[in-house]
Amino acid sequence: MSNYPSDLKYTKDHEWAKKAGNTVVVGVTWHAQDALGAVVYVELPKVGAQVKAHESFGVIESTKAVSELFAPVSGKVVKVNDDVAANPGAVNDDPYKAWLIEVEPANPADYDALLDQAAYTKLLEAAK
Amino acid sequence: MARQTPLYAAHQKLKGRLVDFAGWEMPVQYSGLIQEHEAVRTAAGLFDVSHMGEVEFKGKGALDEANRLITNDLARCADGQAVYAGLLNEQGGFVDDVVAYRFSPEHIFICVNASNADKDFNWMSSHAKAVRPVNRSNDFAQLAVQGPKAAGIVQRLTSAKLDGVGTYRFTQGQVAKVDCIISRTGYTGEDGFELYCAPKDAERLWFAILEEGQRDGILPCGLGARDSLRTEMKYALYGNDIDEVHTPLEAGLGWIVKLDKGDFIGKAALEKQKAAGVSRKLVGFELTEAGIPRSHYPILKDGQQVGEVTSGTMGPSVKKAIGIGYVPTALSTEGATFHVEIRGRPVGARVVKTPFYKKP
Repeated sequence: MSNYPSDLKYTKDHEWAKKAGNTVVVGVTWHAQDALGAVVYVELPKVGAQVKAHESFGVIESTKAVSELFAPVSGKVVKVNDDVAANPGAVNDDPYKAWLIEVEPANPADYDALLDQAAYTKLLEAAK
Repeated sequence: MARQTPLYAAHQKLKGRLVDFAGWEMPVQYSGLIQEHEAVRTAAGLFDVSHMGEVEFKGKGALDEANRLITNDLARCADGQAVYAGLLNEQGGFVDDVVAYRFSPEHIFICVNASNADKDFNWMSSHAKAVRPVNRSNDFAQLAVQGPKAAGIVQRLTSAKLDGVGTYRFTQGQVAKVDCIISRTGYTGEDGFELYCAPKDAERLWFAILEEGQRDGILPCGLGARDSLRTEMKYALYGNDIDEVHTPLEAGLGWIVKLDKGDFIGKAALEKQKAAGVSRKLVGFELTEAGIPRSHYPILKDGQQVGEVTSGTMGPSVKKAIGIGYVPTALSTEGATFHVEIRGRPVGARVVKTPFYKKP
């Protein structure tokens, strides 16, 4: 399924995570943006903020609905994608290009425990 | 188990995303909310609103009977004219907001909200004196064709002369060989028609309109676009902006109340409220800082909650975060400022003129 690249990890909360050296880049999955509809607002933490795995780190809003963003791993926010905050529709255009934050994980092993492509697509199938 | 409209198969065929709305399985969007919204503003959109209910008063005294139940005045209408009105309780709060059609003084047809259809019918039945209302909700499907190209599309499908059917006027005739009530009404702020037809004909009419409107760029539209379009016009949505505890005077709908007509349910309460002055008003506002207002968010002044947001969105045409909400009368004038509490944070807001959207 090309909507879910095999080089990414996923969460049951529909976020994706990608290892980039010592940090983990985080965004929402194709399914998340599809379910939300047109994304019109994104609220992200500040650089330096601490995020906790499976806890809210921000908010994403479509014309219709408000949804929380959940961190895949615990750690410190080292980068925030201000371009997406300025142009939230980028999440719909390509949710894998429109990353949201970059986290320096407190425990690098957390990343390995995330769902892989097969496990995530299975979860989506089961939810249908 | 959610009910399905006669267009359920059509929605599936067109891959509409179905959600439960007021006990009905309805499409919230097809191609995308913003695309659909834009189609209605610039070309045309087709909505299934078959979930709406219909109640009819027929026979001698029908007009007087209906007029005792609603705030607007059917006696002031011509045959073939419709009015927007409140159906109120004794306290002046909304049982529902409705559109009442005057076919003749002996035949009044009232379109009610899906979520209130049973409540309204019971209310009308228990308060009717001489003419019994008939619940016709299962006898009608309703399609709304809205947008600057809507009239042209419908006209190409009917021999009825639509030029002569002004806003809030209606006629009867065939559209795409389907018998319809053809009503120049809507909930989008655009020109267009609402077509009432027999459920068995609804799908035929639906696809005929889509086919005829293809060259104009018509799109099937869901409830999502319907909501953003009406919010940009500050049209009230029952259950959000109006309810049993808010009156038409508070909701800025004084124009649908005719206190100089005969008695109607809620009149005494409204007269009293009008004399005393309303203490809160429904206003339209824009956020002056980042965020999107949503229903039930608190409205704050000087750190104290003074009101509540009833509707809000990022308006696709106005391209601003807009909201509707009740505030104390002192804060209801254009330019007044307050805060909307969004996830615990006060965000600046300013009262603006409505409708938010004005035709370019």
